[in-house]
Amino acid sequence: MLTLYLRDLKLGIRAGGGALIGILFFLAVVTTIPFAVGPDLNLLSRLGPAMLWIGALLASLLGLDRLFQADREDGSLDLLLLASERHMLPLSVLVKCLAHWTASVLPLVIAAPLLGILLNMEPIALGAATLTLLVGTPAITFIGATGAAVAVTLPRGGLLVSVLILPLAIPVLIFGVSASYASVTDPAPFLPPFLILCALTLVFAVVGPFSAAAALRAAQD
Amino acid sequence: MPMSDTTTTNSKPGWFSALANPTRFIGLADRIIPVLAVLTAITLVVGLYLGFTAPEDYQQGSTVQIMYIHVPFAWLSMMCWGVMSLAALGTLVWRHPLADVSLKAAAPIGLVFTGLALATGSIWGKPMWGTWWVWDARLTSVFVLFLMYLGIIALTRAIDDTSRAAKAAAIITLVGAINLPIIKFSVDWWNTLHQPAAVFRLDGPTIDPSMLWPLLIMAVGFTLLFFTLHLTAIRTEIWRRRVQAMQRIAARRADGRTGGRSEGHVR
Repeated sequence: MLTLYLRDLKLGIRAGGGALIGILFFLAVVTTIPFAVGPDLNLLSRLGPAMLWIGALLASLLGLDRLFQADREDGSLDLLLLASERHMLPLSVLVKCLAHWTASVLPLVIAAPLLGILLNMEPIALGAATLTLLVGTPAITFIGATGAAVAVTLPRGGLLVSVLILPLAIPVLIFGVSASYASVTDPAPFLPPFLILCALTLVFAVVGPFSAAAALRAAQD
Repeated sequence: MPMSDTTTTNSKPGWFSALANPTRFIGLADRIIPVLAVLTAITLVVGLYLGFTAPEDYQQGSTVQIMYIHVPFAWLSMMCWGVMSLAALGTLVWRHPLADVSLKAAAPIGLVFTGLALATGSIWGKPMWGTWWVWDARLTSVFVLFLMYLGIIALTRAIDDTSRAAKAAAIITLVGAINLPIIKFSVDWWNTLHQPAAVFRLDGPTIDPSMLWPLLIMAVGFTLLFFTLHLTAIRTEIWRRRVQAMQRIAARRADGRTGGRSEGHVR
């Protein structure tokens, strides 16, 4: 399992610059928004957490279709499926998701505070937004694995993955953004939405790999 | 699709498994659909009549009559996903051959009901709330349901192999079913513009009986309509698959004949 994790991590970082493109996309999305809404710093600092979250959501959806497709092309997906008697398939999927998250989503989370400074966000809001991103983005990867597994046999599955997954990722977005805002605005408490966000991540960590494993098996026979 | 393992039981197949035979199902559907259609027409006519003669709301005036179609549409949009989730279980657990047909046939109907619920809702919202649309919890979650129906339809159309498409759609349907309780309780969790549930409550309905009865009759009528449409759509889908299979067999035969002959000529 650790070997699988390291292998996927290395592949994700080295091969084709998938992770780097994700960060570039994130940067591009976040820097485009000030051009659209105008350079008013007050407005930007109010919109900041929402912009970071939308950028992270889109960027992590972008890379998802490669989660299983690359493995299917070189045949290692078949090996994983064959080994499912020794290693439970949902567990392998979970490990793959974690590796994908470390390689291509974690850099986004690290880059988020820098972008937040450019958006004139307060330090507390900055910390809160980064924390919610750290906790919330794995949920998107986990549930996205289901979409990626369903679309693995499709030649142009990338867009379909986003269409299928985006509705399911909306709760994550809602609670992530509301927790980030709650840290700045006074009456709203930070902890409840943040805890719900944690719960969502945990639920999706179970639902996602299991349904993805079922979908991979179904695509195989 | 792999054949279900033959654990040979001597007992006669239950009615549920008996329906797995498409011909038997079509025979049953042929008998049920006209009855359901007539019942639907009667209930809807009665419901509409009662709806139009029902007393007006003291605040909302005659616009309250949109409720008699809006609320059933909204209920059905959720019920349809429920039916699809059952069908998805049927595909994945029992490998019932008609379950995926049922899922595929239900998705467009559910899409139309959801779209109508959103449309009637915004027609009602314009005079009452002063706006066509608000990003309220219930409205947003129903809109998400609408998008999920579109996603399922796109998925079933994107995969050529029917059995593979069936499993993929079943998995996504079951995962999407998480959204149903969120829609149902969104008005209780986030207290926003949309009013909370008035009919199905633990402490009894808070709606006046003069309005409740037309509403319930309309709900029954639209439910019957849903099942009529659903059965018809399943029957159509079975026929479509049969035609496709026949075309494929015919093409293969024709191909084999001409292919063999031309090869003979060349050599």
